[in-house]
Amino acid sequence: MKILVCITHVPDTTSKINFKDNNTKFDPTGVQFIIGPYDDYALARAIEIKESTPGTTVTVLNVGLAETEPTIRKALAIGADDAIRVNADPTDSFFVASQIAEQAKAGGYELILMGRESIDYNSGVVHSIVGEMLGIPSVSPVMKLELSGNTAKLAREIEGGKEYLEVSLPFVAGCQEPIAEWKIPNMRGIMSARTKPLKVVEPKSVNSGVATQKYELPKPKGSVKMISADNVKELVNLLKNEAKVL
Amino acid sequence: MPNHNGSAETVKKSMKQDRFEHPDFYAIDDLLTEEHKLIRSSIRDFVKREISPNIEDWAQRAHFPFEIVKKFGDIGAFGPTIPTEYGGGGLDYISYGLIMQEIERGDSGMRSTASVQGSLVMYPIYKFGSEEQRKKYLPKLASGEWLGCFGLTEPDHGSNPGGMVTNFKDMGDHYLLNGAKMWISNSPKAQVAVVWAKHEQGRIHGLIVERGMAGFSTPETHGKWSLRASTTGELVFDNVKVPKENLLPGKNGLGAPLMCLDSARYGIAWGAIGAAMDCYDSARRYAMERIQFDKPIGSFQLVQKKLAEMLTEITKAQLVNWRLGVLMNEGKGTTQQISMAKRNSVQVALEIAREARQIHGGMGITGEYPIMRHMMNLESVVTYEGTHDIHLLILGNHITGIPAFI
Ligand SMILES: Cc1cc2nc3c(=O)[nH]c(=O)nc-3n(C[C@H](O)[C@H](O)[C@H](O)COP(=O)(O)OP(=O)(O)OC[C@H]3O[C@@H](n4cnc5c(N)ncnc54)[C@H](O)[C@@H]3O)c2cc1C
Repeated sequence: MKILVCITHVPDTTSKINFKDNNTKFDPTGVQFIIGPYDDYALARAIEIKESTPGTTVTVLNVGLAETEPTIRKALAIGADDAIRVNADPTDSFFVASQIAEQAKAGGYELILMGRESIDYNSGVVHSIVGEMLGIPSVSPVMKLELSGNTAKLAREIEGGKEYLEVSLPFVAGCQEPIAEWKIPNMRGIMSARTKPLKVVEPKSVNSGVATQKYELPKPKGSVKMISADNVKELVNLLKNEAKVL
Repeated sequence: MPNHNGSAETVKKSMKQDRFEHPDFYAIDDLLTEEHKLIRSSIRDFVKREISPNIEDWAQRAHFPFEIVKKFGDIGAFGPTIPTEYGGGGLDYISYGLIMQEIERGDSGMRSTASVQGSLVMYPIYKFGSEEQRKKYLPKLASGEWLGCFGLTEPDHGSNPGGMVTNFKDMGDHYLLNGAKMWISNSPKAQVAVVWAKHEQGRIHGLIVERGMAGFSTPETHGKWSLRASTTGELVFDNVKVPKENLLPGKNGLGAPLMCLDSARYGIAWGAIGAAMDCYDSARRYAMERIQFDKPIGSFQLVQKKLAEMLTEITKAQLVNWRLGVLMNEGKGTTQQISMAKRNSVQVALEIAREARQIHGGMGITGEYPIMRHMMNLESVVTYEGTHDIHLLILGNHITGIPAFI
């Protein structure tokens, strides 16, 4: 079986976020980049499937510029067999999904896994756009994925509960914990990642119709006010007059 | 930009408590390759997942978590510089240093387990062993299937190992080993011991002794206030018949075990700075969070002085370690250079641990923070692998050409 895992290259969760060029660009100075935490789960599940299903290969794909290669090497160190980097700035979801769909078509993958969302822009729609573009099902957020033959049993989180589904291959899944425990590369994996193939391809041109105007940071969190549990009046007063949410 | 950092953080729950970040004041990371950084972050993640959540409990109970041996094997912490064909990592000395730094950042006892296995057991078998010995022992030691120990120190011969009395006699078809070793890390749980003993002519040789050989026992040493999560014991040899093929053929004389110590001491130079970084990181956070006289204690000059001195010493030691790693990679690192780095790192770490403990006030003496554990651990690290003063004598001998050991 051929599995494609799409990974994002995103700022570490503890990074301080700044913008440059008049607040029109994200400023990566001093920022540590990591594999998107949700993508990490997708990758971990793919590697588990590879380990338990002989003949499975895992390809990782990233849409990004050359600086994402250490992140891709990490995915190879974790156990993917080879990698594709689509040489482009991942500007928006439609653009990224178009590149993924293009590569997925060419590679003939039976399973396309990715995180439920990236943790930089958090749009959470790439999996469904890829599914639409390929004309195959897409499911998210997938918390459990068991394969048997040509079908997969999935568990998905929905408002107020869980949904259990059966999907036939091929399909796209946006993954989240506890689909698998995320993996730490070992030293042998890091060594062998040196020589695994990493193919760089040029992007297909896409007219996505999305342009970024300006970035803004959210207002810093205010301090917490404690109100005694029986003072409902005061709570309502503050919500109305201070927080202005009622 | 929506800020979902919180959600990603709760995703990786096991890392929530341990927020360690290493200081890099002189941008030493620029001197590392992407692969070095991946090695470091992987071992750091491993420590945060496998060691940090449990180490306080293990240390308080003086419990050696034997299951960590297999986990160290899986992650590749044993014998990083040993070639891959024998199960090692095939990595360079900077990688080895970073691995030791990250593990000791978690705990010196855990680092001891790993450096004994890699530098003091696998290294001599690789360097001085026959091809059969390498094939038989190295893969099992690398994977963590077997734990090993290194027996040099004796009850009456610590700083002066050349005076050892443990000895073996050639009995024709085997050797007969007698004597005792003391203060041996890993010994109570070890399957394999690399033992240094004198033959009839007084020359020191290395022998591989295996658990189960008649007359060989490994009583545990109890009551340590230091390296409590590492197990320490004796090696007792009462007419142990050792097969002749268990003698390390490649090198003999005191130089052989001293070469092993060079490799381990190099790892300690990096490791101790890992412990220092953990103390500094914790002190820095605490200084910003703890309010006294209506201000964070980090706003007082005396606290700032402590933090500034800590960062200075860590930075100097980082540079020494990095340069030494490059020399080791080029095959040019000397015993004396390693002595200087080992001694300096441990001293710096001990001083930082003491200052960090003060910054933590009363909290600093509890297991809520790692400081007191590091501080007690480092009291062993400053003594083993050549005491603080013995390294001065090694350097003094190098400077003057006059040995002052006796
Ligand atoms: C937790 C722990 C784990 C250990 N693990 C191992 C192990 O795995 N394998 C192993 O073989 N050993 C191990 N050791 C032993 C360690 O290497 C010795 O403790 C160390 O070499 C010092 O020897 P000693 O304790 O006999 O002290 P001594 O040699 O008696 O030294 C006592 C003091 O005298 C000083 N001194 C000695 N000679 C001189 C001199 N010529 N000039 C000036 N000062 C001098 C020393 O610096 C020291 O301050 C371990 C020790 C500890 C504490």
